[in-house]
Amino acid sequence: MPSLGADMEAGTLVKWLKKAGDTVKHGDIIAVVDTDKGAIEIEVFEDGVIDKLQVDVGQKVPVGTVLAVIGGASSPAVPSPPPVSAAREQPARTLASPAARKLAADRGVDLALLRGTGPQGAITHEDVERAAGATAQTTATAPARQGVDRATAMRTAVAAAMAKSKREIPHYYLSSTIDMGAALAWLNTENEKRAMPERLLPVVLLIKAVAVALHEVPELNGFWTNGALQQSSAMHVGCAISLRGGGLIAPGIHDADRKDLTTLMRDLRDLTARARTGSLRSSELADSTITITNLGERGVDSTFGIIYPPQVALVAFGRIAERPWVTSGKIEVRSLLTATLSADHRASDGHRGGLFLDAISRLLQTPETL
Amino acid sequence: MTADDIKKAIVAALTSVAPEIDPASIRPGVNFRDQLDLDSMDFLNFVLALHDRLGVDIPERDYPQLSTFDGALAYLTRVAK
Repeated sequence: MPSLGADMEAGTLVKWLKKAGDTVKHGDIIAVVDTDKGAIEIEVFEDGVIDKLQVDVGQKVPVGTVLAVIGGASSPAVPSPPPVSAAREQPARTLASPAARKLAADRGVDLALLRGTGPQGAITHEDVERAAGATAQTTATAPARQGVDRATAMRTAVAAAMAKSKREIPHYYLSSTIDMGAALAWLNTENEKRAMPERLLPVVLLIKAVAVALHEVPELNGFWTNGALQQSSAMHVGCAISLRGGGLIAPGIHDADRKDLTTLMRDLRDLTARARTGSLRSSELADSTITITNLGERGVDSTFGIIYPPQVALVAFGRIAERPWVTSGKIEVRSLLTATLSADHRASDGHRGGLFLDAISRLLQTPETL
Repeated sequence: MTADDIKKAIVAALTSVAPEIDPASIRPGVNFRDQLDLDSMDFLNFVLALHDRLGVDIPERDYPQLSTFDGALAYLTRVAK
């Protein structure tokens, strides 16, 4: 059972997608696991042949438990898998919005029995309401436990991770005001030329600027483990996404520094949709080397975030707003943004953090190069 | 295309973005972002859903006109054939 974040302690195996004897390669999805943050697709990180599935469907196991044994690609063929009994039949995977899950639990509706009408077949709030109405006519309402438990579990998991972060990580905080005039002007011109599905949001420029700036201050990119900084050469940027109905998840965009803006926008749209329907992949939750959060849309001027352990930095962006700006002795109206850095003082110091924020600002003055 | 067709398209676009929305609770003059807690990605997907359903191309500079139900209805009534 892989750790899909510092706030995960256990997961429940929902479905096996492979069986003993199957050949798998890096990146294949082998199973679906239910966590406090929804259903997650578990990927394989090596090539080989599955020797044995170690965990039964429906079993909840702690992080670190071996789910399956994979032999080398050249290993001898393994015996045929044992027949699957009726009791081991695998349930269909359930996609549902967090709000739908909560309502289902409150009303005692089994999500596995519903057909979703939402994006990617996800079960919606309305689907559950319809089913709850039908159920109420024939049966007594089940006690409201599972959804409440899930919401509570997510809150508890977030609390544990954030408390651990504040307890163990000596944070330092920096903020910088960035002139977004050039970036917004370029974006307006660029979006005029683009077809509607290809248009970009400002946040994509911010993600790319952060990822590229990490090349200049690489000690902000990686993990603090075993008492030392494990710097990452890959820039996997976690993006904090609020879940409808409450909660938060921060899946990562892999290699954000190497992707063009169109690809980043596509990835972000895909990631947001899947985060909200509960269909993320394990690598998207486990691999992020830095996290970005953007609360500007809610009118927040600046955010001083809590680092997601074992990462060593978090960048937060406030709202882009027109404000007075003094330049060459004159007051001008500019579109300004406050960027803040929360960083682990064990891994870097304020001077380097300042250089990082400066690099982000500099990159955003030439958006055409991103 | 009738006003009723456009109203249905707006509701369908909204619920495709935020499935938990109760259409009956939408207040026609209130900004979608405020009453439905839509973020910029949600709003972009809402506009794209309208584009797909109604076949209209909506310039980015016109997006603010779609920020309320009444505004979207008025705008789309003008541009949708």
